[in-house]
Amino acid sequence: MIEQILTPWRWESILSQWPVLLKAFLVTLEAAVLALLLALVLGIIFGLMSSSHHRLPRAIARVYVEFFQNTPLMIQLFFVFFALPYAGVSLNSFTCGVLCVGIYTGAYISEVVRAGIGSISRGQFEAAYSQGFTYLQTMMLIVLPQTVKIILPPLVNQCVNLIKNTSVLAMIAGGDLMYVANNWATNGNASYGPAYLLAGALYFCICFPLSTWARRHEEKLKQQDVQKPEEASGKEAIA
Amino acid sequence: MIEYLSGLFTPTILMYLLKGFGITMKVAAIAIVLSIIIGAVLGLIRSYAPGILKKLAGIYIEWFRNTPNLLWVMVCFIAAPLPSDWSRCAMAYVLFTSAMMAEIVRGGLNSIPKGQFEAAHSQGFTMVGTLWYIILPQCFRQIIPTMLSQIITVIKDTSFMAQVAVAELLFRTKNLMSIFYNVTGRQITASDVFLLFGFAMLLYFIVNFALSCIVRYLQKKDSAGGKLVG
Repeated sequence: MIEQILTPWRWESILSQWPVLLKAFLVTLEAAVLALLLALVLGIIFGLMSSSHHRLPRAIARVYVEFFQNTPLMIQLFFVFFALPYAGVSLNSFTCGVLCVGIYTGAYISEVVRAGIGSISRGQFEAAYSQGFTYLQTMMLIVLPQTVKIILPPLVNQCVNLIKNTSVLAMIAGGDLMYVANNWATNGNASYGPAYLLAGALYFCICFPLSTWARRHEEKLKQQDVQKPEEASGKEAIA
Repeated sequence: MIEYLSGLFTPTILMYLLKGFGITMKVAAIAIVLSIIIGAVLGLIRSYAPGILKKLAGIYIEWFRNTPNLLWVMVCFIAAPLPSDWSRCAMAYVLFTSAMMAEIVRGGLNSIPKGQFEAAHSQGFTMVGTLWYIILPQCFRQIIPTMLSQIITVIKDTSFMAQVAVAELLFRTKNLMSIFYNVTGRQITASDVFLLFGFAMLLYFIVNFALSCIVRYLQKKDSAGGKLVG
């Protein structure tokens, strides 16, 4: 591995194909953005459902979260890609990957949203209802905007996980960064050293700023908690 | 219905899948134990060690934390200096998860006030003694829920090994689809495929759901009984 990384011609042969790498990187980014949108929509919907007063939406959200958090993303992906065609549903690998990663991360985001809503005091809801706000208005205009500051760090952490998880696209030939790195590693002159190092560096470039920001922001929030201890317990549930 | 099920899940097929699950759990167990130990050491170094050691631990943690686990499975499968396929993969999980665990441990250490060190030193504890008897027990009690969540992730991520043809549960489930005719003597149907995948999902689900119930119980106890650390 190290010997390969130190061999210049291997680097030359890989870097001469940089448009392939760029395209793969863009596929990864595109998949990540689309999956993130899907995950946010699902996360907010199911997060609201699980903080509802009624039992049925709470139960549905519970089942969704428990199922997707407790089974591997890979098996969900293989189920959609290899098993669903037997039932007449075939999707291409990119759609498949985006759907699976989005739905999977949605379960995590819904837990983050639920914890965020839980940290808002009851009085806020009562005050809003007494002013004639409907349930949806209360959530959209009053509760969710307040939770943003608290849930942003865990949300960004989930976003980092999502970006890392888009690498499963490689398993179903989705043409993403990981897939191209694999191809280089197994085809032709087998330059796996530089290929994997390059792929790792590109993932690192997107994920490192995000996760560092999340950590700093979380530490800042915790310091504020020390100053205002009465609010600490709610926020710790998310951290 | 029962006839159909017993026709599909014959002892041969059941044993084949359960053996795969055994490999899954073996790799997960090794990865979890080793990465908790290495993660704790790395977390301590990153929090308390001086200068260059702290930097090195930081680089290790950030580098592995911000790259996909799948990448390390591929890299270790090709390049790790270990004899068997599954042990090379286990090394990948140890590398990745120890970085995650180190970050979790660091989070726990952050919440312990510096005054505890001064108090321990004034009572004649050495640095190692302080860490072992005073700091780490408090830290671990606080981070156990987060750690269990990470353990669930490890168990789920072992399915990445299917990609490098280690015969764990997911690989065997998928493989059954192609060797189905040889095993049972009939063509595979949609309901066969769904049931096979359903069975594999159920196995993962049982283990992980049990763990996540423990996580929720601990979190509830934590917020109801006030702070454990005090």
